[in-house]
Amino acid sequence: MSEKNERNERNEKNETKTLQKSFFAPLLGWKALFEKPVTIRVPKEKREAAPRYRGFHINDWEKCIGCGTCSRICPTDAITMVEVPDMKQEYGMKPQRPTIDYGRCSFCGMCVDICTTGSLQMTREYIFFSHDANDFYYAPTERGLLDKEPSEIKVGWTRDESSELLDLDRILPDAMESSERIDSFVEFVKAYSKEQAVAEAARCVECGICVDRCPQHMRIPEYIKSIWKDDLKDALKWLLKGDEEQSNLGANPLSGVCGRVCTHRCEEVCTISHRGEAVAIRWLKRYIVDNVPIEEWNDAVSFDTSKTDKKVAIVGSGPAGLSAGYFLASMGYDVNVYESMNRPGGVMRYGIPKYRLPDEALDKDIAFIEAMGVKILTGVAVGRDISFDELKNRYDAIFISTGLTLGRSTRVPGSDHPDVVQALPLLREIRDYLRGEGPEPKIAKRVVVIGGGNVAMDIARSLARLQKMKYGEVNVTLTCLERTYEEMPADLEEIEEAIEEGITINPGWGPKEVIFFPDEDKIKGLKCVKCVEVFDENKRFNPKYDESQVSYFDGDMIIEAIGQAPDYSYLPEEWKAKIQFVGPRILTNNLRQTQIPWLFAGGDIVNGPDIIHGIADGYWAARGIDEYLDSNGNVEK
Amino acid sequence: MGEMKLFFGPNHPGLHGNFSVHMYVEGDTVIRARPVPGFLHRGFEKLMERRLWYQNLALIPRICVQEPDINEACYAMAIEKIAKVDVPERAQWIRMIVLELARIANHMWAFGGVGGPTGMYTSMYWSVSDRDKVLDLFEELSGARIYHMYIIPGGVRKDFPPHFEEKLVKLLDYIEGRLPEYETFVLKNRILHTRLRGIATIDTETCLKIGVTGIGLRATGVPYDIRKIAPYLFYDRVEFDVPTATEGDALARISLKPQEIRQSIRIIRQALEYMPSGPVNTKIADGNGLRIRVPKGMAYAKVESTRGEYGYLVVSDGEEKPYRVAVRGASYPQGLYGVEHLMPGTRIDDVPIWLDTMGVCAPEIDR
Repeated sequence: MSEKNERNERNEKNETKTLQKSFFAPLLGWKALFEKPVTIRVPKEKREAAPRYRGFHINDWEKCIGCGTCSRICPTDAITMVEVPDMKQEYGMKPQRPTIDYGRCSFCGMCVDICTTGSLQMTREYIFFSHDANDFYYAPTERGLLDKEPSEIKVGWTRDESSELLDLDRILPDAMESSERIDSFVEFVKAYSKEQAVAEAARCVECGICVDRCPQHMRIPEYIKSIWKDDLKDALKWLLKGDEEQSNLGANPLSGVCGRVCTHRCEEVCTISHRGEAVAIRWLKRYIVDNVPIEEWNDAVSFDTSKTDKKVAIVGSGPAGLSAGYFLASMGYDVNVYESMNRPGGVMRYGIPKYRLPDEALDKDIAFIEAMGVKILTGVAVGRDISFDELKNRYDAIFISTGLTLGRSTRVPGSDHPDVVQALPLLREIRDYLRGEGPEPKIAKRVVVIGGGNVAMDIARSLARLQKMKYGEVNVTLTCLERTYEEMPADLEEIEEAIEEGITINPGWGPKEVIFFPDEDKIKGLKCVKCVEVFDENKRFNPKYDESQVSYFDGDMIIEAIGQAPDYSYLPEEWKAKIQFVGPRILTNNLRQTQIPWLFAGGDIVNGPDIIHGIADGYWAARGIDEYLDSNGNVEK
Repeated sequence: MGEMKLFFGPNHPGLHGNFSVHMYVEGDTVIRARPVPGFLHRGFEKLMERRLWYQNLALIPRICVQEPDINEACYAMAIEKIAKVDVPERAQWIRMIVLELARIANHMWAFGGVGGPTGMYTSMYWSVSDRDKVLDLFEELSGARIYHMYIIPGGVRKDFPPHFEEKLVKLLDYIEGRLPEYETFVLKNRILHTRLRGIATIDTETCLKIGVTGIGLRATGVPYDIRKIAPYLFYDRVEFDVPTATEGDALARISLKPQEIRQSIRIIRQALEYMPSGPVNTKIADGNGLRIRVPKGMAYAKVESTRGEYGYLVVSDGEEKPYRVAVRGASYPQGLYGVEHLMPGTRIDDVPIWLDTMGVCAPEIDR
């Protein structure tokens, strides 16, 4: 009775009573005699690993770009990036591949989950032996550790949506809708908020592939990391001083401008763009410049320089000129920049529309360049107000960066009419008008723009805004030779935004003649023929037309935006004859020195139209001039 | 006969992991016992401060080799507490299944373990081969048999592979069928009774004094189980019992294991039933795996391991690496204090029985 009570009590309390021992119980073990052994007799028997098994790695070398993200996530430092000799060098790729030390590898598979291209995978192979420890140090290829045919290798652990370790989606800055932005020239892309910027910066994997691509080799991973750490002064230092150990390589005195309108080649090669959206490097740069007040710039960035007695003249205050001035001033030179227009900035001031680059942003960058000691003499045109030879006498070296200021004409019949206008002068007029410094330019109700580059987009979108403000509706037709949006030299982003703003884009047409109203000196439109090929086999510009396909685009005004040319009229013939030209461009050496030792050149007249290339030219020219003047700039002479 | 000093371990068939006890004996009676930890000290806690939040996932399972998942779960849960992240429901159920599977595997291992000090190796062969079947499933699920690295902050790394649930149910049925055999073969075995009954006893008061939890405490009659007392994951949504015993000796502890396995099976079956479909993880912060930051804060997360309360205290100063991680190894009390206070007066061959049935796990003491 008491035993029963005890059992009940135990049951209620859910208590386990130890079992009674039994003499016969162990005999159960005999049962195992009739069962099959569970051990696997290697190598006679083989056990297939599970489909997700995290075994030895394979790496597709065609896909791999050597970004090294696998080696950075590796918890045990098992992966090192090793330079591969004789590897083709191209942008967006590093000549290195991961090498794994299986003495350290913990087979966690994080390298696979974070692989930016998806080239690295794990297999279901897990047995390998060797007497030589070095055999366990292995650079994965498609053939795997056991050197098998790729088709025979069974893939194990792969990345999927839930194991993804990259952040593939870009954080878009707030922007005005097309209906809203078309009414004004207000900069329509808003700056990142702090939260947005830090979150966007957290997407970077610090591979540095962007640095190789940037003409100025800006220290992109470093300043993005500083944003992520919320140390904007440090970020600004990276922008304005670059790498101090490498003679300030990577510094960009026009970061505020580049943060808005740079051609951002860096984003084209961003490793994240292989599977997702590139890190918004340009907007992050803008975030830094916009969020450090100008008063604090000096604290963040100071150069340890002492003055030299050498003087340098710079002709043209565009990106290259200002950049050269900044770097020369940082080396202690006395720099004067000559600018023919009333305001400094060149194409940044007079070419790029206000809705992309407001004056305040440019002024902030230029203010700091001036604070460095660069004197900008505006309204002084070399060749008109001061002769080139006088410059030569007054200064120890001259840097010319006069840009592409002349527009090209289609020269089709009727293009000499006053209502057929060049894009560049019109853009200049529009910017002066918007600043209140010039008269209202003539704006037609219907406009045809010829050209498929960024200048064509700029003028089309500027005119669309002016039309909307004046007439309440947009009527701009853009036509170009290139047959697809991808083929057009303009950024896809620009094309998309232009379409959003109501601009009609007709790619693939070549202008034939300007059509006038009968008996009237008024333009009716543009006659075009189908363009079937823009470039010939040699990739030279040589458009071919199908004359049977004709199209008419209506417009009261026709804008030509088909390219720009340099104006060398300020150069005396004696010097011009000594300079070597390649087409319209000046040939220089690496340090932007022309055939005349004291004459350096940079910017669009050397490298074609691109702001960041101009800035790089300015940097290298400054180093070239420094070398030429035989002074390291830091020593009082 | 004079006093002699005997080294037990660090390598011994009766031990899992390298742990040593210096025994001062007279005859075969232990006069004093001094635990000597440190053979598996790799500085886990300090190492964690130097690694990224994600990188630590490859390190923490090593703190307890037999039952690595509790480390991952504690670490993840503590981080989620600090970051105030809601883990998707499916991930929570999956974690429960993983933790219970790990408990089954570990109890199986313990059946094998007890074979060492008692000389009953058949029990080891049986249970280790059955444990392998659980590991097969872990391999299917996580891609690795021992160090799963499967539970991550924010959820789990991947969803179930195809046909996993069927395989899991099949395994549960198999283990359920095997349990009576274990009971007959192991728990009724005379050898075991002779060697374990009344050996390595501990009472409730001592348990509470030195901090023993888990099966050690439950074998003295206290139904203390964190899954009941402070339910984490969805343990409050499933029905299960907490088996206890009153004897407090080695036999009682080993006898609780099949009961606990039965409860684990019950929990897994319910989890499979209640589990919704959906995402299996959520991001704990913006950015890629290299740039995950946990907001400033401190949190302690604890789970019921096979040896008792297992917990992680995680401190974050808002940077990309932990500021401090402290691990409460479940077998710390019984492995250090227990050996020192309770071993004197017992026989030499009872020391491994204590270490074994209390589940002393060397790396979690050494950390």
